[in-house]
Amino acid sequence: MYRSLTLDPEKCTGCLQCEMACSWEYEGHFNPAHSRIKIFAFHQEGRFVPYTCTQCADAWCKNACPVEAIQINAETGAKEVVENLCVGCKVCTIACPFGTVNYDHARGKVMKCDLCGGDPACARACPTGAITFVDGDWPGYEKMRQWAERTDNLASAQ
Amino acid sequence: MGWQKKVLRVDLTAGTCTAEPLNMEWADRYLGQRGLATKYFVEEVDPRVDPLSPENKLIFATGPLTGTPASTGARYSVITKGALTGAIACSNSGGYFGAELKFAGWDMIIFEGRAEQPVYLLVIDDEARLLPAGELWGKGTWETEKALHERHQEPQLRISSIGRAGENLVRYACVVNDLHRAAGRSGVGAVMGSKNLKAIAVHGTKGTQVADPERFFQVVGEKKRILAENAVTGQGLPTYGTQVLMNIINELGALPTRNARDVQFESADKVSGEAMHEPRGSEGKPNLVRNQACFGCTIACGRIARIDKQHYTVINKPEYWGASGGLEYENAWSMGPDCGVDDLDAMTYANFICNEHGIDPISFGATLAAAMELYEIGAITDEQTGGLPLRFGSAEALTTMVEAVANGEGFGKDLGLGSKLLCEKYGHPDLSMSVKGQEFPAYDPRGIQGMGLTYATSNRGACHLRSYTVSSEVLGIPEKTDPHTTEGKPALVKAFQDVTAAVDSSGLCLFSTFAWSLEDIQPQIDAACEGDWSLDKLMEMGERIWNLERRFNLAAGIDGSQDRLPKRLVSEPAPTGPAKGMVNRLDEMLPEYYSLRGWTPEGVPTPETLERLEL
Amino acid sequence: MKHVIVGAGPAGVLAAETIRSLDKHADIVLVGGEPEPAYSRMAIPYLLAGQIAEEGTWLRHAPDHFDRLGIARRAARVTALRPTDRSVTLDGGTEISYDRLLIASGSVPVDPPVPGLDLPGVHHCWTLADARGIMELARPGARVVLMGAGFIGCIIMEALVARKVRLTVVEAEDRMVPRMMDQTAGGLIKRWCVEQGIEVRTSTRISSVQKSGEGLHLECEPGPSLQADLVVVATGVRPATDFLADSGIGLGKGILVDAHQRSTIEGVFAAGDVCEGVDWDGGHGIHAIQPVAVETGRVAAHNMVGREVAYGGAMDMNVLDTLGLIASSYGRWQGVPDGDTAALLDESAYRYVKLQFQGDRLIGAITLGLTDHIGALRGLIESRRSLGEWKSRLLADPARFMEAWLATLGK
Repeated sequence: MYRSLTLDPEKCTGCLQCEMACSWEYEGHFNPAHSRIKIFAFHQEGRFVPYTCTQCADAWCKNACPVEAIQINAETGAKEVVENLCVGCKVCTIACPFGTVNYDHARGKVMKCDLCGGDPACARACPTGAITFVDGDWPGYEKMRQWAERTDNLASAQ
Repeated sequence: MGWQKKVLRVDLTAGTCTAEPLNMEWADRYLGQRGLATKYFVEEVDPRVDPLSPENKLIFATGPLTGTPASTGARYSVITKGALTGAIACSNSGGYFGAELKFAGWDMIIFEGRAEQPVYLLVIDDEARLLPAGELWGKGTWETEKALHERHQEPQLRISSIGRAGENLVRYACVVNDLHRAAGRSGVGAVMGSKNLKAIAVHGTKGTQVADPERFFQVVGEKKRILAENAVTGQGLPTYGTQVLMNIINELGALPTRNARDVQFESADKVSGEAMHEPRGSEGKPNLVRNQACFGCTIACGRIARIDKQHYTVINKPEYWGASGGLEYENAWSMGPDCGVDDLDAMTYANFICNEHGIDPISFGATLAAAMELYEIGAITDEQTGGLPLRFGSAEALTTMVEAVANGEGFGKDLGLGSKLLCEKYGHPDLSMSVKGQEFPAYDPRGIQGMGLTYATSNRGACHLRSYTVSSEVLGIPEKTDPHTTEGKPALVKAFQDVTAAVDSSGLCLFSTFAWSLEDIQPQIDAACEGDWSLDKLMEMGERIWNLERRFNLAAGIDGSQDRLPKRLVSEPAPTGPAKGMVNRLDEMLPEYYSLRGWTPEGVPTPETLERLEL
Repeated sequence: MKHVIVGAGPAGVLAAETIRSLDKHADIVLVGGEPEPAYSRMAIPYLLAGQIAEEGTWLRHAPDHFDRLGIARRAARVTALRPTDRSVTLDGGTEISYDRLLIASGSVPVDPPVPGLDLPGVHHCWTLADARGIMELARPGARVVLMGAGFIGCIIMEALVARKVRLTVVEAEDRMVPRMMDQTAGGLIKRWCVEQGIEVRTSTRISSVQKSGEGLHLECEPGPSLQADLVVVATGVRPATDFLADSGIGLGKGILVDAHQRSTIEGVFAAGDVCEGVDWDGGHGIHAIQPVAVETGRVAAHNMVGREVAYGGAMDMNVLDTLGLIASSYGRWQGVPDGDTAALLDESAYRYVKLQFQGDRLIGAITLGLTDHIGALRGLIESRRSLGEWKSRLLADPARFMEAWLATLGK
């Protein structure tokens, strides 16, 4: 079983250390605008929700890619963008119903979480344990997957 | 690196935005934020200007660690000549705005002149534009943030704005960012209002860099562990916020109560950090919803609170039912004990209004407390208050008057003057609990002697954040000193003032120093910034900044004669508690302090001192 | 079991791969009509721009990809379907029998009734061969007329500009991208193009193309006429069903299929651009877009191997990059008569977001100048979730759709 990112809004204080760590990992500078993980703030409820790709089994992004530029890392199960194949057509950004694939204007490529090759920087940077990288599936993802199954009706057949 | 090496100069009169390189020679001597912006300010502004005139300038400045993973690297400061004090003002805020300004590629923004019509500044990376703010004028900071997010369809815009208080030139109006973080003191919001500048909205995608990433990560990681393992920063502050202090300071007999007539509040436990955790009212839920961090902060002391829907303040106002910024210790004190009020939700409501309309809750609460005393002695009557009895303990007076100040209505106009002008107006100047026009906060110098010297010598008027000797005198950080003695306090105050000036110039939060010494902060600065940033250099820089501020004040006509405490603190003994019978013995401390500073007996830096500090 | 797949585009290729993943022993034949490796039309604009070589358009890059999967490739056009024989006829006359047939023959360009579109120098922009022809003529300084400002027209504009041609865009309808964008967004896209030095003539028809010296002469209504070295015709596509005329298969505008991608003929399935199937909201239609192609290809493959799977329904979704201005539209972006609409517009910043609601559900969206998290719009629409209190919040500020998505996730 692959390890997966576990995201717990109850523990998130909104410090954005994860966004800085993520952007450093990928971009070599501290830049939340280029982070693959995002903290969404619900001010009225005083709630912060960390959110990134669930590496879902359905891989809508991968299936939608017209040039095989999203591939599965056999070791981590992550769906990774292969930069030299990505032409920047952005179809995956509209196909992913979770909204976790974004287009990077500067590079003309899409970007998404790839679990940092198996040691996610966001989980390392989180001071409160709101983001952890653990064995097995996280029930939060399961909810999203269940929804994905209802829509796609494919998982039931797999 | 650390710096973006770029300054945005905004001429509000001409309506222009110009980029200029950061003066790196100054950056090497003043680091950033408080120090560097003060250097810019004193070089460019005549100390004698009227704070509310177009000739005053207003600087929003970040530090080199702002917007980096160094814990608490969220801070920015607003530097100007204070509307409340006429002295140098430097108000520090957290939230996300400062980091966003860095991400957009700027170290600071200098505003000069005055816009003819209300404007706001929109900064998206390199592009900065002044846009009309007519529709925003009259709105609170919450509505302003919402309207700007909608107008620009950018949820990631971070906004710093003034509410109605800043527009109405309330002398202690503040600048609010990210809904409930504030550059709170000295009336920097009134200066912003006087310039017809409603808001600054920033989104940045350029990111920040540090000079030596490998060393930076190593040291920053190590120092984060210190914060996590420390009892104050690892447990006390996340759990109770600064409100952890309410019961402690009360027990110490140093909680100024009812305009500092008393030093202990009989209902302190009802308005304490612990009380915020207690289930209450109609819903059985506590006042506190959760803690929140500012950008990059691994302490997360921020309070997110909710008012009980059945509470009288909000029963017909669903717009205040949501969670928002809750009571910090100073606010809880000023609007609670200092006014004799023990209604936690009423205080929370007043705090919400302060955030929404950009009012410094410390000065507001302390000014209201002074008004309450004036009312009780008959100097103010129902005629002035519009029939509302301004009695100590009246939550209704608190929540009615905070709205009146925000809206500039009725007696709210008088309250908006601040306690000094208010008490002068009604013939009892000694009832203003202020120094250099600024109300002192939540520590009574009769019970904590060092805080008397702190208040008296603070360059921005009475303030706890210029040398928080409470750390040493109460909490024993870095080492315990006796709060009732004056011995050693001048040296303690000087050392704290200089260290604080250095910390305030880095982008880090002063609260980190509950766990970190300057020895912990120095290697983080050194790894992030080009150049050699030794401990000695930082200490000397802190002292240089202090003297730079002092010189500005002297030139502005604020001299040693104003290094004085309110008469009550030095002549009326504490009536109860461990400090019973004591007054503050400022006179024992001040001459030694001047001497340690290398100042004349009149409090003027000697030529030797200026030369030593290369001023 | 022998599976024959007609069409080596995304739908066909994904179907072939899916069949293989579900049945190790099946015979799979993938018939492609063009003498090319399986490639993606989506990538052609990037080929034209010189950003990638032809290999960059290939759907699969490993040279032995299909061999390794035991998928036989045939390069031939299918000319007829004989359901009674359970076979298809190839253009050389060869017959291929099938147990299960998937028709994923895609679309073909539609020409407007304009004389002269068969002249040299007039090209579609649909196939790799078209792209080669365009690249030969679109030299720096060449006068290029783009006929049609739809999705394809817009998306190749950047490539043409990159090739430093002098570009004129002629669109018969009153705005750019009329089938994907409303008046506001189409107008902004036009202004964007004009600001970048491109002549855009909307509500203009080309009435004829004639040879004129070395180049071409185009009569326009209204005038003036145009001179061109290259005319690119991008006036839309239609399902490639010509070869099915005598097959007896049920045809609407495309091959009629049910939710299992089954056509009216037993054993014959259809997927991708060529099929007319169920919509996400109960309607019926053709959706010539990449995500629907791959999803229907997968659904068809499951049903072809006997695993009963119903498609949740196709939804229009497009993302368009016009010279760097990025637009997207989803679902019923035109709105419905009894629905609600929320929009935010900042013309100076080229930003626009518009949401369409029916009851308390989101049914469609348009965005302009926005790229972050836009996939969540699909999630919100397709999951048909009740928005509850978030409807009023979205009515006030439609840009907060991502928060609405997160807040209603799992509800």
